[in-house]
Amino acid sequence: MILTLQYQFITFAVARIPDSSPFSLHSLKLDDACALLQHDAQNIEQEADEPDAAYLQRLIDGLCELSLKDPLTGLNNRRHFCSVLERSIDIVARSGESVLLLLLDIDRFKSINDSHGHLAGDQVLREIARCLARCLRPMDTIARYGGEEFAIILPNCQPVFGLAVAERIRKTVAAHTIPVSPLLSLQVTISIGGAYAPEWVRSTTDLWIERADKQLYRAKSRGRDQVCLDQPRELSVSAEEKGLLFGHLLMDEAGTRENAPSDAPKWENA
Amino acid sequence: MNDVLIPAAENKNSLRLPLKPLGKVLAVTSGKGGVGKTFVSANLAAALARRGHRVLVLDADLGLANLDVVLNLHPKITLHDVFTGKARLEDAILPAPGGFSVLLAGSGMVEYSRLTTEVRDEFLRIIGSLVPRYDVVLMDTGAGISDVVLFAVSLASEVLMVATPEPTSLTDAYATIKVLVGQQLRQTVRLIVNQSTRPGSGQAITNQLQQVLDRFVATDPGHPIQLLHLGDIPVDPEVRQAIMRRQLMMQHTPDCPAGKAIAQLARTLEKTVIPKPA
Ligand SMILES: Nc1ncnc2c1ncn2[C@@H]1O[C@H](COP(=O)(O)OP(=O)(O)OP(=O)(O)O)[C@@H](O)[C@H]1O
Ligand SMILES: [Mg+2]
Repeated sequence: MILTLQYQFITFAVARIPDSSPFSLHSLKLDDACALLQHDAQNIEQEADEPDAAYLQRLIDGLCELSLKDPLTGLNNRRHFCSVLERSIDIVARSGESVLLLLLDIDRFKSINDSHGHLAGDQVLREIARCLARCLRPMDTIARYGGEEFAIILPNCQPVFGLAVAERIRKTVAAHTIPVSPLLSLQVTISIGGAYAPEWVRSTTDLWIERADKQLYRAKSRGRDQVCLDQPRELSVSAEEKGLLFGHLLMDEAGTRENAPSDAPKWENA
Repeated sequence: MNDVLIPAAENKNSLRLPLKPLGKVLAVTSGKGGVGKTFVSANLAAALARRGHRVLVLDADLGLANLDVVLNLHPKITLHDVFTGKARLEDAILPAPGGFSVLLAGSGMVEYSRLTTEVRDEFLRIIGSLVPRYDVVLMDTGAGISDVVLFAVSLASEVLMVATPEPTSLTDAYATIKVLVGQQLRQTVRLIVNQSTRPGSGQAITNQLQQVLDRFVATDPGHPIQLLHLGDIPVDPEVRQAIMRRQLMMQHTPDCPAGKAIAQLARTLEKTVIPKPA
């Protein structure tokens, strides 16, 4: 959605700026945009040989990127997370791929803020964000979901591995020491709740989040620093059963090799 | 309005006629998605209608329903409106090309992880009032074993399991049959092998599945699970082309290989589970 808006804006802007026109970038009010990007340590100077339209495009790209990020942690923000979640649920519905959603909440975060101040709290958030990002694959999406809550979308994550992945994240965070001042380091734990998107059916992101949230609540009420996953219902078929199931495939192959016997049934025997 | 045959039962007045509690509810289901449930439901309905049955297709795939696409219908009133009390059942039943009636789910329906009592009750009420009015009610259900699918299937007198010869589809079909036997004490499931590439392979696949079921699925010794081969449908480019043209295959190219196979399915059903039309 954001992309389309961006496109429309660009086509609009570019269409209005024929090369020959005496148009100048100075007539646009770009100061706020530049200030925002500069604050994010992005290069906003126009290169000497950069055409106006290209420069404008670069500014817009920068702003779009900015609009998807959480300023404190640099992670994706909730808006971006929701659009990825929306896309994931569509993919799962039609492909049956296993996608795991994890909701993570820092345990007793309020007491960190209360006893060490908000700056320490912010430092904890930043450090945990970095720590989480290191645990993940490039294809995963991690976001700051709310105050001290994070969310992770793990595409292509088989149900048998879900718990191990979530546990690895939990343990990595618990083992991490966070320096909040020269004299003070903290160790914090997180609780994790997770749920797989329902396969082959259309569901809603709300229902999916609700399922994960319920598990997060379970993890909290069981004493925190834990992982609880909503297990998908399994269609369990043992290896032995599978072995027997596919006997016909071998027969099928043999059949095609032997040029199908003449008394084999034919289509259109009606 | 399309030039469709409107079954007599669609007549408003006939709703007041005494109800005939003989209708057959057939669930068209599958283990894996995308194997052809909707295609089979719509075209089998047309084949049965052509043989004189009063048929209704119920879009019981509350989530991914695409029956509307296959039939090229854009209903204003759907099952969703009936579920939410915004419309009467009668107003949601549409005539479909192919001479049958259809009840579409509408996009407001989503899968609920747990089957709510409302969904359950509405479903029961709807099926209950449809059954007496049609000779055959075909339910196009979702794939797999979600609560909603299992519940919809539990309302059917017959289960038509659609599978392709691919290993993944067969594994999921087998797993689903296990659940139906275990949870619903089903004793008969009818298998339709769709997108078959070799004539006769459907019977071999059915025998194979039956062997594995006999060996691994414990049932009451007096009531063994019976997998019956209902028929095969070959891979046929006409299926996709009909969908692209947004036409019902059975109506426009009934003589293509897949069309003939479906006509054969209708005849087999008539011999086994549904009485010949009066
Ligand atoms: N016999 C066939 N020959 C060729 N293509 C087929 C055949 N049957 C189905 N298909 C193709 O498979 C596609 C999926 O079919 P369909 O939508 O009926 O599956 P479904 O089981 O209802 O899917 P879902 O689980 O998503 O509801 C069709 O669009 C068609 O292109
Ligand atoms: Mg379908």
